[in-house]
Amino acid sequence: MSPRAPGSPQARTEARWGAIFAAPALLLIVVILLAPLAVLVALSATDYRLGAIAVRMIGLDNYAAMFADPVFQRSLRNTFLYVAFVLPVAVFGGLGVALLVHARIRTRTIYEVIYFLPVTSTLVAMATVWQFMLHPTLGPVTPLLADLGFGRIDLLNDPDFALGTLALIGIWQLIGFNMVLFLAGLSAIPRELYEAAALDGARYGADRFLRVTWPLLGPTTMFVTVTSTVTAFKVFDTVVVLTRGGPLGSTETLLYILYLEGFQYFRMGYAAAMTVVLLVFLAGLSILQARVLERKVHYA
Amino acid sequence: MRPGRLIGRIASHAVLLAGAVVMAAPFVWMLLTSIRPPEEVFGAVFDPIPSRFAGVENYGQALGASNLPRAMLNGVIVCGGILAVQLLTAIPAAYALARLSFRGRGLLFGLVLFGLCIPIQVPALPLYIALANLRLLDTYFALMMPFFLTVFGLFLFRQFFRTYPEEILQAARLDGMGEFEIVWRIAAPAALPAIAAFSVFSVVAHWNDLYWPLIVVTSSERATPALGILAFRDAETGGNYGALMAAAALITGPMIVGFLVARRAFVRGITMTGVR
Repeated sequence: MSPRAPGSPQARTEARWGAIFAAPALLLIVVILLAPLAVLVALSATDYRLGAIAVRMIGLDNYAAMFADPVFQRSLRNTFLYVAFVLPVAVFGGLGVALLVHARIRTRTIYEVIYFLPVTSTLVAMATVWQFMLHPTLGPVTPLLADLGFGRIDLLNDPDFALGTLALIGIWQLIGFNMVLFLAGLSAIPRELYEAAALDGARYGADRFLRVTWPLLGPTTMFVTVTSTVTAFKVFDTVVVLTRGGPLGSTETLLYILYLEGFQYFRMGYAAAMTVVLLVFLAGLSILQARVLERKVHYA
Repeated sequence: MRPGRLIGRIASHAVLLAGAVVMAAPFVWMLLTSIRPPEEVFGAVFDPIPSRFAGVENYGQALGASNLPRAMLNGVIVCGGILAVQLLTAIPAAYALARLSFRGRGLLFGLVLFGLCIPIQVPALPLYIALANLRLLDTYFALMMPFFLTVFGLFLFRQFFRTYPEEILQAARLDGMGEFEIVWRIAAPAALPAIAAFSVFSVVAHWNDLYWPLIVVTSSERATPALGILAFRDAETGGNYGALMAAAALITGPMIVGFLVARRAFVRGITMTGVR
């Protein structure tokens, strides 16, 4: 930017227009982000229920009650289990598909489109399709599994399998998204580096992958891992459509019980405390993500 | 071609093809069932190809005996309203963040970066209470309001405007153009690829969103596409799967057609979240 003397007419015009342009966005940030955050933290120290006449300050009681609540503990466990299921497959599966698709020339577009379809489709609608496909008597999946020797399993109504089934649907939705990110990362790697590696004796594909591809994809892999974790952490749509937390609470996730407490039972104070915990988890992950993002901006 | 490479190619196609079958299976199943007559859905014999075309009755039922058209119209209204406000507020502010020096610029950018870490689920509770107290629940405004702010858009457009050549801006100023004109007649048109990618991203996100609409909408008049298909499924207690699959295809169809038409903008929108 060209240097302008402070106090010059142009600098003053610039400052004025800058403030005018920024004002609406700033107003939105205050109303939609900052004020609600302040209210949220304050709310988490009260016993407020929607429509209640009297509100008491109860300090950290909500937090104490929450961590002692078996439903909350179970939802936390389910959420982490879900993330642990989804994350490795979605990240390394996405990378694997990207590597294979990247090497294709004529068929690349077709594969890209097919793997990406679940990302753009409406998850609620596709979840109803999955529900029908997994239907124990009408869908094609149960007979298929029975033919393969797994027995007749009702995947969504079996407490041992329901969360894993949701995780598979989560992976189905996420893998194309990660593939696209890895493809972008792959096409940013200069071809000369592979030639140089070949001259250095990296004759085999695996060699080249370990010496060139993997290290240069580092920032992309980091970013994909963090966004996939956040996405998996926020699992909600499939729970609402397919299991409503059941069977036997085996698919109750953090966001789902937060939704129940806040917007079905209207225990606002308690739900606020839960949201603060969610915020701490997500903020930790997102700070990591923002730092990766920032690094890329500087070196871009 | 050496035999080793041929085997490698065949293996890679086999893996990709197997994955593609799983990826596409629900879409194929959805479309096949949506044209399948009811007696076959419950039939004992399993034949993937329908014996007669029942698409007209299934799609007719999905559109006629339900709230689906209304939900889709609402989806257009809500997505359009959100996108309009997002672009009108984010473009000038992002231009200011990138190219103008004014008091509080650093603070504003800090808030944008902070906002990138906060999903809708966090301010949802206070916003809901405020909307309830203002008697604004179950309105279009309630559906759109939290998304008027797009820190992602602010960040994205700022990155774009930073790369725009300063000489052109200076030349425009010498020509007597004001900053307002520069934003909307020079900077915004130049940012069209970024705007297109962001628009695609925004529309897809809000057409598909479930969490916020589920919270603020109670009447079927304000149902969004995601709520529409949910209500249709719950009403179909008899299990008319042909019509249900037709409904699912109608809800998700616009997003898929949009993707096929504007594939590049879609992919750019995704990659810009990470790589830019």
